[in-house]
Amino acid sequence: MLKKISSLPFNGTPEQEAQLVKFIDGIRTQQGCLMPIMQEAQSIYGYLPLEVQQIIARELEISVEEVYGISTFYAQFALSPKGKYNISVCLGTACYVKGAQALVDRITQILGIGPDECTADGMFSLEACRCIGACGLAPVLTVNDDVYGRLVEKDVDDIIKKYQ
Amino acid sequence: MYRSQVLICGGTGCTSSNSQKIIDAMEVALDKAGLSEEVKVVKTGCFGLCALGPIVIVYPEGCFYSRVEVDDVDEIVNEHLLKGRIVKRLIYNETLDVENDTIKSLNETAFYKTQQRIALRNCGVINPENIEEYIANDGYAALGKVVTEMKPEEVIQIILDSGLRGRGGAGFPTGLKWKFAAGNDADQKYVCCNADEGDPGAFMDRSILEGDPHALIEAMAIAGYAIGATQGYVYVRAEYPIAVNRLQIAIDQAREYGLLGNNIFDTDFSFDLGIRLGAGAFVCGEETALMTSIEGKRGEPRPRPPFPAVKGLFGKPTVLNNVETYANIPQIILKGSDWFNSIGTEKSKGTKVFALGGKIEHTGLVEVPMGTTLRQIVEDIGGGIPNGKKFKAAQTGGPSGGCIPASLMDVEIDYDNLLAIGSMMGSGGLIVMDEDTCMVDIAKFFLEFTVDESCGKCTPCRIGTRRMLEILDKITEGKATMEDLDKLEALCDYIKENSLCGLGQTAPNPVISTLKYFRDEYIAHIVDKKCPAGACKNLLNYSIVKDKCFGCGMCAKQCPADAIMVTDYIAPGKKLAAYEIDTEKCIKCGACVASCKFKAIIKE
Repeated sequence: MLKKISSLPFNGTPEQEAQLVKFIDGIRTQQGCLMPIMQEAQSIYGYLPLEVQQIIARELEISVEEVYGISTFYAQFALSPKGKYNISVCLGTACYVKGAQALVDRITQILGIGPDECTADGMFSLEACRCIGACGLAPVLTVNDDVYGRLVEKDVDDIIKKYQ
Repeated sequence: MYRSQVLICGGTGCTSSNSQKIIDAMEVALDKAGLSEEVKVVKTGCFGLCALGPIVIVYPEGCFYSRVEVDDVDEIVNEHLLKGRIVKRLIYNETLDVENDTIKSLNETAFYKTQQRIALRNCGVINPENIEEYIANDGYAALGKVVTEMKPEEVIQIILDSGLRGRGGAGFPTGLKWKFAAGNDADQKYVCCNADEGDPGAFMDRSILEGDPHALIEAMAIAGYAIGATQGYVYVRAEYPIAVNRLQIAIDQAREYGLLGNNIFDTDFSFDLGIRLGAGAFVCGEETALMTSIEGKRGEPRPRPPFPAVKGLFGKPTVLNNVETYANIPQIILKGSDWFNSIGTEKSKGTKVFALGGKIEHTGLVEVPMGTTLRQIVEDIGGGIPNGKKFKAAQTGGPSGGCIPASLMDVEIDYDNLLAIGSMMGSGGLIVMDEDTCMVDIAKFFLEFTVDESCGKCTPCRIGTRRMLEILDKITEGKATMEDLDKLEALCDYIKENSLCGLGQTAPNPVISTLKYFRDEYIAHIVDKKCPAGACKNLLNYSIVKDKCFGCGMCAKQCPADAIMVTDYIAPGKKLAAYEIDTEKCIKCGACVASCKFKAIIKE
């Protein structure tokens, strides 16, 4: 999967690193522990910059290439930071048939960012996701953990206003 | 004893429209009314009728309140629960018997009448976070029977005799899988569950995990006993946080009750379960890829044989089934293979859950016997197409499937019939499309999906699907020739024959089936440079019918591209000069159409 890699400077803290190393120590003997570790790392840092992947590789004594190969394989791992409010528009089939693409276009029009991009002030990021399983509410978008369903294009304006 | 029970849907659909707040408000309101001791609030799994959510059902009357909002809670408590007066304005209108001024049972409504719930039997009935409710509804009885009274061979024989086939896509006989895995001796074997529901538009596995997680645990333990495994893994999507949470609660409770762990039911049988989170890769629905992913690697498939029953997870014999398949197992053990065998068609036994979505009145989950026709599902259960539009096609099987046109609506749906008409069962997503849906655009949508999700291991899939997408792009932009269509068809055959795994082999299906049934739409795009459904933007042109234009200028104000200008033509009977659209500048956003009160702007 082609992923955008952020050029923003990494500003992780020693506390975050200690937290990650502690988690790795607790799980390192388990078979197949690499993915749970990367999922935890993403929840600690919010994304998985190369620097964090290097920490994981160092701790597990494996090559960075192996970690990187996994981080670019799975959609869940983000190599760019997300905005304070991450808008995720479902482009699953049910939502697509009901006009989800128009929601993406409208957001791009308002915020000036495309999918997998973040606004310059770090407030909003946009992503297109594949089916969150709320097909009964199609078309659906989420802003962080808030779910908005049964939308039409112009609802997008009000939703964004709520967070500005 | 409670005199009344209030069931509130806690599935993802209803939770997304605030059902948790309704539950909280209900508890506060009951407390305020002094009814906490008399009325019990139960958070259940999905009722299936997601279109009407959030849903609240009050028993013993069985009142079905739909689209309930937090503000409605006080009225339900004060009127219904305190005074016994049903709140008619919130009742789902199909359950209201106006003539007799009473309410009808939910099972008499069109949506539920023809359904037969086996896999979903507990969804929306019990509290999934309470193991006792599951046990009270025959839960873990099948596991008890299996480990104390039956030999592993007998268990496998029942599953074989039942005719149960995998509900995840390919429809392989479940009993055979188990038999193969049981026949391979090894120091360690595994039981896995595919809960990485990747098909966009399918959400039955999520509903079972959220509404009846113990059924899955029980079935996996039965499978473990049958093949001789002591460890199981559930591979579930990280995108399903509620499901993951409830499954973890259920596993913890099962351990606490001794239904997982060592010496289950005081026998020699031990079995435990772990959860592994998927990370969003469609190819991980393929069995070898899923197991590679559980091992913590890039989830790439590998050639078969060896099959997982011989060499699966960590190189050990493994059984892998999907959630819905497992959800049938306890019932088959308790009621027998003859019972299950009596439901469905000759080669497809039992029921199938479909996720109805798209342009249909009742979106939601339905479980019907195999052999039900598409017409029954769409028109009777699904309530037809909204806004008086015409049915055009239904898409089944997600990115691996195909579409079923209106002319084949009376085909009985089972594994073999769907394959024969160029679609497939898949995991049961059923997306309905109306006349506004462009079939070329839909084929392109699925190809974009497979191009994104192709793991890259084999060339036909990695590069072939990309070439297909490029041709589809050309078609929807009106730049293609009939020669491109031939190339597209040749690519379909090539990719189907040469790809390594199921993802690649089935990736051309959406194109093949739309070409088969809607070839004229492809030709309209290529030859006439027109999109008959009016969906492909590049082939659309907006124009103003000057004689209808009042010259108000609203459209010009709305136009984000400054593509609308006033002319010097004044239509007969109008006072102001008409406007026109500069098609060079027009970005085809449609804002002008929405703004015109006189319907003077057309797209064609």
